[in-house]
Formats: sequence, C-alpha cells, structure tokens
Amino acid sequence: MQGRLRPLGSERAWLWIMLAPTLAGIAFGTAGSLLASGVLSLTAWDLINPPSWAGLGNYARCLGDPKFLAAVRVTLRFAALYVPLCVALSLALALLLNRGLRGQGFFRAMFFAPSITSAVAIGLVFTWIYAKDEGLLNRLLQVLGLRPVNWLGEGAIFYAVTIANVWGALGEGMIVLLAGLKAVPATYYEAATIDGAGGARKFFRITLPLISPTIFFQVIIATVNGLQAFEYIYMLTRRSQGESTMATVVYLIYRNGFRWFSMGLASAQAMILAAVIVLLMLAYFRLEKRLVVYD
Amino acid sequence: MIDQASRARRAAGAAAGYIALIFVLALTAGPFIWMLSTSLKPLADQYDGRLLPVRPTLANYARLVKAAPFLLRQVWNSFELSFLNTLGQVLTCAAAGFVFAVFRFRGRDLVFSLLLASFVIPPQVALIPNFIVFSKLGLVGTKLPLWATAFLGGAYGTFLLRQFYSSVPVELAEAARVDGVSLPLMFWRIYLPLAKPAASALAIMTFTGTWNDLLRPLIYLPSQQKLTTLTVGLSLYQYTYSGQWTFLMACAVLAVLPILAVFFLAQRQIIEGAALTGIK
Repeated sequence: MQGRLRPLGSERAWLWIMLAPTLAGIAFGTAGSLLASGVLSLTAWDLINPPSWAGLGNYARCLGDPKFLAAVRVTLRFAALYVPLCVALSLALALLLNRGLRGQGFFRAMFFAPSITSAVAIGLVFTWIYAKDEGLLNRLLQVLGLRPVNWLGEGAIFYAVTIANVWGALGEGMIVLLAGLKAVPATYYEAATIDGAGGARKFFRITLPLISPTIFFQVIIATVNGLQAFEYIYMLTRRSQGESTMATVVYLIYRNGFRWFSMGLASAQAMILAAVIVLLMLAYFRLEKRLVVYD
Repeated sequence: MIDQASRARRAAGAAAGYIALIFVLALTAGPFIWMLSTSLKPLADQYDGRLLPVRPTLANYARLVKAAPFLLRQVWNSFELSFLNTLGQVLTCAAAGFVFAVFRFRGRDLVFSLLLASFVIPPQVALIPNFIVFSKLGLVGTKLPLWATAFLGGAYGTFLLRQFYSSVPVELAEAARVDGVSLPLMFWRIYLPLAKPAASALAIMTFTGTWNDLLRPLIYLPSQQKLTTLTVGLSLYQYTYSGQWTFLMACAVLAVLPILAVFFLAQRQIIEGAALTGIK
C-alpha cells in the first residue's frame, strides 16, 4: 500500500475534510443505498401514502410474475449472447490493429468512435437502419436477392438489439485489449519464431495466456454492462405507450419505480439484479483461478 | 528465393489485413454516414436508398434551427450538466486520490475498501433510494439531482487518480511541507496541476457519460421539451416526428457532433485514458 507520509498537526483534520465528499458518497450512493434498498424492498410504498410493511411480499410477487420472469430470461439470454460476442470481436479488432500495419492510428480512432457517441442518437439511427419497409438493412438484403426481415418485430428484435449493443461496445473493449497486447514482450515472440512456432501456436501459447488477465477483466465489464443495458433497448424496443417489447430487468425497474412509483417492488427487483451480478462475479473469480495466468 | 517467397507472403498478409480493416471500418462508420447522408436529403427523397443525396439540402437543419427555443435549451441543459458533473468528479476524486496515495492514517484502508466495494453494486440499487431522498427534498423536476452527486467522489475516478498519484515520489509532499505549505494548498497548487493526464481522462469520460446519459434525466426531469436534456429530447422526437427520418437524422447529428468533435480533438488522450482504466 502506498502513502508513506504520516499526517502532522492540522493535516490530520484536513485529510478528513478532503475525504468528506467521498465519505458522504459512500453513505449516500453505495453502502447507504444498498441498505436502504434492502429495507425498501420489504415495504410497499408509492411515495404518497405512508409506507407499509410487506415482508417478503415483493420478492414473492416477483417470482410469481410472468412478466418479471420473462424479463429475467431476456436479460440473461441477452447477456449470454452479448458478452462472448463483445469479448471475442473486441479481441479480433485488437489483434487486427496490433499487426503494425500503416494507418492503424486512424482505424483505431474510427473503431473507437461508437463507444463515446450517444447511444440514444445512434439508437435512433439503428431504428432507421432496421426499418421494416425502406430501411437500409432490408434494402441490402433485397439487393442480395434475400427476403426482407421485420427486424424490430417479434423474434428478430432480440438479435437486432444485441447487434446494436455490441456495435456500441466494441471500441472500448478493443482499446483495453490492445493495451494488453502491447504489453506482451516482443522477445517472447522472437524466441518462439526461432523455435519454429507458427502463428496459431504463438497465439495460443503466448498471446492468449499472457493477456488472459485483460480478457478476464473485459468479461467482467461486459457482463456488468450487459446485465444493465438500457439505452439501445429503450430506443429500439419502446412502444409509444412506454412499455417495451423486450423488457429487461432494468427496464422493469425503471417502469415500476419511476412510472408507477412502486418503490418497494422496484427495490426488490434491483436487489435481485444486484444478487445475480454478485453471484456471477463470485463464479467468475472462482473460474479465474483455473483459467487466468498471472506471470 | 526464400526471401522473395516470404516477402510475397508478408504482402499477402498485409493485403488481407487491410481488407479486414476496411470491412470493419464500413461497419463502424456506416451508421454515421447513413445518418449524415439521410439528414442532407429532402423529405421526399428519404426512401431513395442512395448513399449520397441526389438533391442535397440543409432544409432539415434549417427546421432544427426553427425549433430552436427547445433545442438550444436542451443543448444548454446537456452542456451545463456535463460541465458540473465533470467539475465535481475531477475535484472530489482528485482530492480523495491524493489523500489515499500520499498519506498513511488510521481508517484509510477501511474507507478505501468500502469505496472499492461499490464497484460491484449496480447503480440501479442507488437509483431508488436517491430518488426518494430528492423527492422528499422537493428537488425532483430540478436539475440539482443530476449534478449534486457528482460532487461526492466516486470509486472509478478516485481509483484512477490514486493510481496516478502513487507514482509521484513522496519527497514532493515532504518538500512542500518543509516550506510550510498547508495540505489543501499542497493539493491545489502542486498535486492537482500534476494530475493533468489522469484528470483529463476522467474529465472526458465524465463529460461524455453525462452528455449521453438517458436514464437519470428521464427520471428526474419532466418530459417537457424545453426542460430536459438533448438525449431525452431525442427520445421524445422519436415519436413526435415518427417516420420523418430526414429530420430525425438531423437531430441525431446534433447530438453526436459535439462529442465527436471533442473526440477527434483529444483522440489520443481519450484512448489512452480508456486503456489506462481498463488495465488496472
């Protein structure tokens, strides 16, 4: 641990004054709100009438509600497709940019741009690209002699939404993995070349093990983002009345909490989502010991 | 002979590499180009399916300007919130990062691990209790809830700044101390200016994150055009101007342009910042 200086005199007070915002943030933002959500999830409260005790009623209601169970299924199914696609494609892009080709700074910037642009604006562009009759994608299909697809209709919408989300997330994963690739010492590859190792062998024996910590980190980030995805889903699946044709858990939390003001129910759903995320993280860290190579 | 063969193989490899790069470029830039191209077409041509507008026009943008009272207000709201969030995050995270990195004191490790634990807690868990607090304070419908919490530090920014300050020799703080510099001045005059690379990475990420945020303005601001941010405004237009793709794409260009401009100006810093935070 860093921090070798011992505070003297007035510094002791100043330290805590400078940490005061952070302490308030922990109380208000994270630790405190986890506690508050836990308690709220045991009540029924609409913000107008006084809250009443509900015990485990909200949780029971969630588990018996086909809408909520469908949302859990959609969320998990989405993450199960989104995470591997994100990580594998980001890695492919990083490898492509790590070959020392000329102009890669330009390509790197262009590939990264989607990550920082507004998902709402691009979501709007995707609704136009996916449009049923005159959208770009269906036009391309027709040029290729294929039948047009109702991209935002039942069935296809799941894949359409996943593609948009992956499109928006690739740049960030690519940059992180590229930094990981650059950190692999060139001497390893030179030694392998002398030993007569081919490209595939080098990739599986050197590259993959050496960047496995970065890949692991990327899997975690993608999982957390995938389970919390909201913007593209809001833009691509929301109907004019506000409900979604592909409601995820986060979407239901938003609707229950902030449109119907069922604070207890929404808190219970947020707690269930948090539990799913924490359980997945524990499982990942268990796997990490077997799959990830540290030095 | 061998040399020639290997050179040929290398050239073929490079060609394959460029083909792949251009293919990916078409996929990443495609939606941007389609957005821009559609926004430059007259409404009558929106379904012509051409990549380049046959009769290019700025009519959609002129219409945007006519809707200006709303739109300029939304751009300003987005900008104001992004600026305040950035200010709050940089100041409070740098202060905390400085204290954590330079000093050793009782309770430090406990506070730091509590802070890091919040990495695992999904933000949706904080959404509801925070909303209740702000609604009991009568602040829902105002912009305050959308920036005030940025002044309460954060795990991500503090961690980033602490990592940065850890590489600064502690002798710097000792020397300042010998000169009788008090702790807040030491931070303000010496350590804050020093943190420019890490702080600008945090600043850019906070700025774009706030600019692009949908969920929180949706929750806290009334769904009225002139009171909300550009992203929420766009999501409202989606139905108001349903089917008028040329106009909608002009709106999307407006939302994307400021961020893309910042990105291409500070591209290197942003990309290095993103790599820095991902590696740990």
